[in-house]
Amino acid sequence: MSNLSTEQQTYLLKHRRHKRIVVLSRILILLAFLLTWELTARAGIIDSFIFSSPTKIAACFFGMLLDKSIFLHLGVTLYETLLSFLLVIAISILVAVALWFSSKLSEILDPYLVVLNSLPKSALAPLLIVWLGATKTTIIVAGMSVAIFGSILSLYTSFTVVDPGKIKLIYTLGGNRFHALSKVVLPSSIPAIISNMKVNIGLCLVGVIIGEFLAARDGLGYLIIYSSQVFKMDWLLMSIVLLCIMATLLYSLISLLERWCLHRF
Amino acid sequence: MEQVLELKNIHYAYHTLEGETLALTDISFALNKGEFVSIVGPSGCGKSTLLSLISGLIEPEKGCIKINGKYQKESTTNVGYMLQHDELFEWRTIYNNVILGLEVQHMLTARTKKRAHDLLDLYGLGQFETSRPSELSGGMRQRAALIRTLVLEPDLLLLDEPFSALDYQTRLTVGDDIGQIIRKEGKSALLVTHDLSEAISLADRVIILSGRPASIKQTIPLIFKLDLDTPLNRRNAPEFKTYFNLIWKELNTDE
Repeated sequence: MSNLSTEQQTYLLKHRRHKRIVVLSRILILLAFLLTWELTARAGIIDSFIFSSPTKIAACFFGMLLDKSIFLHLGVTLYETLLSFLLVIAISILVAVALWFSSKLSEILDPYLVVLNSLPKSALAPLLIVWLGATKTTIIVAGMSVAIFGSILSLYTSFTVVDPGKIKLIYTLGGNRFHALSKVVLPSSIPAIISNMKVNIGLCLVGVIIGEFLAARDGLGYLIIYSSQVFKMDWLLMSIVLLCIMATLLYSLISLLERWCLHRF
Repeated sequence: MEQVLELKNIHYAYHTLEGETLALTDISFALNKGEFVSIVGPSGCGKSTLLSLISGLIEPEKGCIKINGKYQKESTTNVGYMLQHDELFEWRTIYNNVILGLEVQHMLTARTKKRAHDLLDLYGLGQFETSRPSELSGGMRQRAALIRTLVLEPDLLLLDEPFSALDYQTRLTVGDDIGQIIRKEGKSALLVTHDLSEAISLADRVIILSGRPASIKQTIPLIFKLDLDTPLNRRNAPEFKTYFNLIWKELNTDE
């Protein structure tokens, strides 16, 4: 440290101060928000029956923690989200590869994919219930339906923009289309696949919650819709907070995967 | 003399909805074993198309191509192809980039792996085997690309303006470097370029193509009286300027 010039030291100090201010401000905003909410609710400025309050939400959470019912709801939503996410990734990679192999097929299917992708997927949920019943399958399919078409399209696009020079190289080395796929297209699309995953994990969660609104007996989506019907705002807001945390954790999981991949490739 | 490559009356045209573009008409020439031939011509005249035809990436509409006396399709000879850019894969180490062709052709054996290591050592990249391409200079990357071609032990090397992506100074040294490696390995080579001095410094013979549709205008043999015939030395030889002017004039006269 001693061999740093004073200018460099000032720069580093400035940088550290900047970081500290950012983190501190973030925490302060959250605390101020929670405090205002709590105090106004207690003072009767806002109706705590409708708006609940941080302590009520926390108490509600601990209550459900003690009777263990929260684990069921969290677990169900997490399971459904992860399963639909994994299916989306697997199926969309397979379909995108098939489209890449046959430009004829991709040209034929293009309008269908575009239409299905632009369709608001929540409109499908009632249909799925009729077809598949009010089961977990319906919810998983609902989760998949939100993400899959966009995922196929964006993966296929990333496959087609692979450097043509690199593909030509494979042919000049005596390779065929399978080699081009396994040696060039897939490895060079790994960043695209991961950023695709980042989008999809969020979309699957959206689809699963929509599905749970309509066709579930457990899960956070069910908890939200049920508590709104019986006016238990503590439950409702707690579920939303838990959803926030779940979404953030799932996203950071993919970021972790990304960092690991960056290391390897 | 043994012929590595023979082209007879090659015709090729590109087809689009707007019409047909004739790229090559009636191209015939041959390449002897160990010979280095440069092909020059105005840009866009179909030089690269010629290499794609020889390597079998595309098929001629008329005419035939023979490699080592066999028709292109039946030929089992490995034809090495060096592209304009090195096309090294960033997600592979230098060594893994070099053995890419061996992987693709299912030729990974103890012997070929050893050859890859030997070539990397011989041409000064031994210590970079585990490096990523981005850690190497432009010249070193082009060397790695050449080694990737050489491990397949090609009888014929096709070079498609392999130095054009480099800056001028690197281009001179890498041209010298790669030229000497090809001579040392005793490979027959066909270089396509629009850089006349590059063509003259490297080749035994220069073939001049006309503008599109390309046909052969003239073939000029190059003879240098040098003790040490390297590309860089050629550039300082008195004959260099004569050949340059000769080819320049030929390229710029319309028939």
